[in-house]
Amino acid sequence: MADTSTEGPGTIEALSLVPKAEARQSMKDFKSDQEVRWCPGCGDYAILAAVQGFMPELGLAKENIVFVSGIGCSSRFPYYMNTYGMHSIHGRAPAIATGLASSRRDLSVWVVTGDGDALSIGGNHLIHALRRNVNLKILLFNNRIYGLTKGQYSPTSEVGKITKSTPMGSLDAPFNPVSLAIGAEASFVARTVDSDRKHLTDVLRQAAAHPGTALVEIYQNCNIFNDGAFEVLKDRQQAEEAVIRLEHGQPVRFGADGSRGVVRDPHTGDLKVVTVTPDNAAQVLVHDARTASPTTAFALSRLADPDTLHHTPIGVFRSVDRPVYDTQMADQLDAAVEQNGKGDLAALLAGGDTWTVVG
Amino acid sequence: MTSKVSSPTEQADEAVVGEQRKPPGAKDVRRLDRVIIRFAGDSGDGMQLTGDRFTSETASFGNDLSTLPNFPAEIRAPAGTLPGVSSFQLHFADHDILTPGDAPNVLVAMNPAALRANIADVPRGAEIIVNTDEFTKRAMQKVGYAASPLEDGSLDGYNVHPVPLTTMTVEALKDFELSRKEAERSKNMFALGLLSWMYHRPTEGTEKFLRTKFAKKPDIAAANLAAFRAGWNFGETTEDFAVSYEVAPASKTFPTGTYRNISGNLALSYGLIAASRQADLPLYLGSYPITPASDILHELSKHKNFGVRTFQAEDEIAGIGAALGAAFGGSLAVTTTSGPGVALKSETIGLAVSLELPLLVIDIQRGGPSTGLPTKTEQADLLQAMYGRNGEAPVPIVAPRTPADCFDAAMEAARIALMYRTPVLLLSDGYLANGSEPWRIPELDELPDLRVQFAQGPNHTLDDGTEVFWPYKRDPQTLARPWAVPGTPGLEHRIGGIEKQDGSGNISYDPANHDFMVRTRQAKVDGIDVPDLEVDDPTGSARTLVLGWGSTYGPITAAVRRLRTAGDHIAQAHLRHLNPFPRNLGAVLRRYDKVVIPEMNLGQLATLVRARYLVDAHSYNQVNGMPFKAEQLATALKEAIDG
Repeated sequence: MADTSTEGPGTIEALSLVPKAEARQSMKDFKSDQEVRWCPGCGDYAILAAVQGFMPELGLAKENIVFVSGIGCSSRFPYYMNTYGMHSIHGRAPAIATGLASSRRDLSVWVVTGDGDALSIGGNHLIHALRRNVNLKILLFNNRIYGLTKGQYSPTSEVGKITKSTPMGSLDAPFNPVSLAIGAEASFVARTVDSDRKHLTDVLRQAAAHPGTALVEIYQNCNIFNDGAFEVLKDRQQAEEAVIRLEHGQPVRFGADGSRGVVRDPHTGDLKVVTVTPDNAAQVLVHDARTASPTTAFALSRLADPDTLHHTPIGVFRSVDRPVYDTQMADQLDAAVEQNGKGDLAALLAGGDTWTVVG
Repeated sequence: MTSKVSSPTEQADEAVVGEQRKPPGAKDVRRLDRVIIRFAGDSGDGMQLTGDRFTSETASFGNDLSTLPNFPAEIRAPAGTLPGVSSFQLHFADHDILTPGDAPNVLVAMNPAALRANIADVPRGAEIIVNTDEFTKRAMQKVGYAASPLEDGSLDGYNVHPVPLTTMTVEALKDFELSRKEAERSKNMFALGLLSWMYHRPTEGTEKFLRTKFAKKPDIAAANLAAFRAGWNFGETTEDFAVSYEVAPASKTFPTGTYRNISGNLALSYGLIAASRQADLPLYLGSYPITPASDILHELSKHKNFGVRTFQAEDEIAGIGAALGAAFGGSLAVTTTSGPGVALKSETIGLAVSLELPLLVIDIQRGGPSTGLPTKTEQADLLQAMYGRNGEAPVPIVAPRTPADCFDAAMEAARIALMYRTPVLLLSDGYLANGSEPWRIPELDELPDLRVQFAQGPNHTLDDGTEVFWPYKRDPQTLARPWAVPGTPGLEHRIGGIEKQDGSGNISYDPANHDFMVRTRQAKVDGIDVPDLEVDDPTGSARTLVLGWGSTYGPITAAVRRLRTAGDHIAQAHLRHLNPFPRNLGAVLRRYDKVVIPEMNLGQLATLVRARYLVDAHSYNQVNGMPFKAEQLATALKEAIDG
């Protein structure tokens, strides 16, 4: 059971319009009465537990929390949350959630989606939600495979993936969801891993506090159709070389005793991984997620090798303030009332040239 | 501007141009009961604006009227070509009229292309005003005139008025510091001034309009006003126009009340805002621009002070998706589109059927299939509306019959959506959307009460005595499920597109439950309370019934009147509700020996009627992007009566 954080909703600007819970909440308040039906061993269980465990920390009235999902294994998520929820249609959750969030600013709206749902069939909605910066928190479960349709390659699968639909190997180059989100003007982009509860929770905390659209890519293991896809990031020994933990304001170092670091190549301006020496220690990049320019965050997102996943940064790549769509939409409504007065239907209908027929 | 219409003569004397009061008595004045004018020119000539202004003048004068704008899909088709011709037809009368008219009495042709493209519709004897300046050899060759039609006798039998409109406009504006090109642009206002003189139209509205429209460019406003007045004065002084015409206000036709001219899309927009007020729910529009529906998005975007949220989405699917999300949150949610957009929205409409949330899907039908004829009218989306989804996904359908009726149709669609928690398809079309007619402005207390109650607490007791909320426990009367919006404590629930257990709403793959839910959703739509179909059969002795739906109401009614005037007996009925049909429809159909269904498609309502009622309905079809002509329909119906 998670503790209620000292940082309640009153102190989080992004949630200031969402009513607070009257009583202290616990993880079980967020469990619905429905039996969870993912395959045994699925990474989704860990994410569900992390989210249910984290929600009490926000201290929000749970009737003001809504989970909206598309189609796919991960999209069953809303059924298991004891909040309002909608399991919608393939790829469309960001659009539906946009309508809900932009019409109801008193709600905390979360989207749960997968790599096929968000990046294939729903790619258009995802990029537009990100550029609009609607107050949505998008959790993208990336298992690099189609699970619910039983194992075809997905838009994040590595090139050459052997699946039922690609017996000779897949041909398409994969998306890097973090790169895509940064390119789509996202104001908050993070990556985390299903099995790292602490890191996952920390990222969720930052996403929840972010005003506007937050995209959280969660590497999630599909133990049936793509088992071990992220093993290199989970195995303690391999992870030392593979995982780069980003922390705002900290030098980007990893490896045994921080022996490796990320520096900017003075010739290309690109980022590269080096072994840290006393000579180059001062050149190690200090992570600044709040910087307005997306350039460095994008460069960080390109460090990982898409095949081996070596040098995969996790954590918050980018977290910047941008005008929030639903706030501005509401402001325009207020401004219209200020300028023209509250709408008068009789006057509206009788506008323009009129004439009167008398008996 | 408000004018009172009481007696025609009083009104006619009020014709004013600026400061100059011109009693029209100086020339012959003839009284007509109705006139059909068609303005035609290049896409860039401002014909739609000219038509709109003449319409406003005519509306404020108190005539009954009906309009038909007709323009190409291209914004600026190549100048002077046949595909680039844009026209605006207006029918106005001292009595109740129903259509924009079959054949113009007056054609204003701004160039050879406009003449060529329209002359076939104009009967001999009609007046044709041509802008002779544009009849250059090159311009005539461009549209295939080997010789000038103004000189080769091909216009014999017409009353042709050759007017150098461009030259006269430029001449009238010579004191303005405008380039020739800029000055020429006002030639449509010259033409409008001339026609306004010919038909004794009040001009204050146009003068005010020009001042407002060009408020930021006073010199352009002044030039347009000068051109407009020059056109009027030209009519007044030139001997070529020996006669002017009066068409008295249709004051006897209209019930008392205050009127305005309104187009279908504007009426629909107002209907949505009114429905939002009557339901006491905020209006949310999710939409993607598409011809001919975009005007609704534009209009609603102007009215944010009514609490209206308009969301221009990234695509059609997101438009309806956002609307559905807003519906879940308790808004009166709407998406507006045309046929191709409905195709894209189909899956989300199906989700709305499954979620049982109120949602208005407004389809301004246009020519299809595919991109089809974006700016032309058609009513070929009926079967798409009825069946265009996977699975058994019944959706109620309502259709307006005239431009002004779009207001009431929007309110009715909202009533059904809210009361029965269902998506509703409203099928308007391009003709209704852009056409206009006088509308009696309703009093607010005449509008229906559309308020519904959100769920407030548990509605079910489990066997163990626990009080719970079941999202799919239905109202026994309407079969509607409760509408529980987020933010309501204790009613947290999850809904989705997977089949749901009756009552609890939990996922259920149980075969018997699915069968029950499919039948229940169908029964809910079948059970929607719709008024009985009214049949108009004044003598009660008709053996033939003409049945229509949507925008064919005007031409069908006009045709029926012609037949009855000629002594024929025919019954007429027009459907507002296409799903469910009125309860008495089957009985009505069986009362007649013959049923004729005219449609701007290949027989879609006829297909539904034949399948449902096993009635041998005859289909009469036209799919040319234009509304039926009354004469043509009268002929077809006469054959049915006699055949």
